[in-house]
Amino acid sequence: MAPADVPSYTPAAWSDEAMISIRNLRVSYGEREILHGVTFDVLRGETMVILGGSGSGKSTLLRTLVGLERPTSGEIWIRGKNTVNMTDEERDDTRKKMGMSFQGGALFGSMTVGENVALPLKEHTHLADPTVDIMLRLKLEQVGLAGYEDYMPSQLSGGMKKRAAVARALAMDPEILFFDEPSAGLDPIIAAGIDQLILELKKAFHMTIIVVTHELASAFLIADRMVLINKGDIVALGTTQEMRDSRHPRVRQFLDRVPEPEVEQELDYLQMLTKDSHRRG
Amino acid sequence: MIGVLTQIGQGVIDTLAYLGGLAKLGLSAASYAFVAPFRGKPLRLQRAVTQAMETGVRALPILSLITFFIGLILALQAAYELKRFGAITYVASAVVISMSRELGPLITAIVVIGRSGSAFAAELGTMKVSEEIDALETMAISPVQFLVTPKFLAMIIMLPCLTTWANFMGVLGGSVFGVGQAGFTFLGYIRASLDAIVLRDITTGLIKSVMFGATITAVGCYEGLNTGGGAEQVGRSTTAAVVTSIFMVIAVDLIFTSLFFFLGGK
Repeated sequence: MAPADVPSYTPAAWSDEAMISIRNLRVSYGEREILHGVTFDVLRGETMVILGGSGSGKSTLLRTLVGLERPTSGEIWIRGKNTVNMTDEERDDTRKKMGMSFQGGALFGSMTVGENVALPLKEHTHLADPTVDIMLRLKLEQVGLAGYEDYMPSQLSGGMKKRAAVARALAMDPEILFFDEPSAGLDPIIAAGIDQLILELKKAFHMTIIVVTHELASAFLIADRMVLINKGDIVALGTTQEMRDSRHPRVRQFLDRVPEPEVEQELDYLQMLTKDSHRRG
Repeated sequence: MIGVLTQIGQGVIDTLAYLGGLAKLGLSAASYAFVAPFRGKPLRLQRAVTQAMETGVRALPILSLITFFIGLILALQAAYELKRFGAITYVASAVVISMSRELGPLITAIVVIGRSGSAFAAELGTMKVSEEIDALETMAISPVQFLVTPKFLAMIIMLPCLTTWANFMGVLGGSVFGVGQAGFTFLGYIRASLDAIVLRDITTGLIKSVMFGATITAVGCYEGLNTGGGAEQVGRSTTAAVVTSIFMVIAVDLIFTSLFFFLGGK
């Protein structure tokens, strides 16, 4: 489905080269289709926020982009290569250029923070241990966790875990950084700190950043462009300003935080279900 | 009728898919352990040694106690029948052959399932639920290479070692009865045991124990890696790992015992 309401937008300040191109992407879990043919580009050096409510398919989209889910059809072009048909070796090469920060951090509980951050370096490079140590301290410093290398993940607060996860994602100096719900489960002050970290990373390293979130304040702060997904389809795509100005009912409902109308009549409920099944069919 | 046939068909398909998954995981771990190091992918020996300590060395006290008792029970049961024929001195042979050919490997496998098979499923299941397995994949690190292969190596090395120890403890248990009730001296009992067995009795048991080690690792890790979302599912995976491992170990035991019987004539 083509993005509705908001036209495709390529600001002059950015390169017009797409870092990620998603074409007619369909993803299913069993017989249930989650993404119904998603198409959009993420430009080199921009921060793209993928917005959507619970069950909209935004996390599935992110998992598919990093190769954790296989699409049923469609193409994902990353750095000019279609990742859908790649061999395992090619996919691993692409993954080394990407970093991912998971919702809960996903730090390895049996390793120290330092071991977590150093793991990709030890696995994929032939750097000597002292060099790895220097890089590890550098990465931890970048996320504001200098001196925490010997802590176990269980000794860290929620925000610190996320920062440590970002440090690990940064270990291989990725060109693309993915964030899954970076503010989830954090208090507003800590969440603001994570937003600030994303902005600093973008400024310092000019990385392409893709963030999945439903936190509006955070999204408008960090995004260059955003895409709104609803029930597996793209509803709107554009800059933060274009989204604010959008008259699309679903965009307005999402941004103005309007609850779904309650279904009072049995017939209405049946119609709602039928309408959904028609859309998916 | 069609419904029943469909259910049976689905059951067969599911079972075959499960066995295929186990075989794929086992072969993949074996490939990372024995082939990949020659292609420049390093073997995680340190992790394997740590795992071997946990799986093998720490299992020794409980395994020793259980197999000591089993040896004593075997001697008592064998003596019950042998006494009628005035052949109570054969109790040493009965114990050592039963232990080395069957009960040593089997009891060891069951103790290891309880200690390590369940732990593999719980560890990998928790990692799956907390997205650590996904994190490994996004870092281009194979979860099988990183997590399963060290366990696989540790198990196929430690199971035969533990089995040998279990055989010895079984004989030791049997000797308590032999010395106390059958008129043996301790050294005489040990000598009678050594005279009763041939190398083949030991090797068939050890070959089976290697296969048990591979089976327990494959089932435990497969259940862990296929855990659904939530803590409840980790519990389910752990239970499934134990129950399925016990069944699979006995099935593998039957297959190999039959193979040894028909191919080797004994």
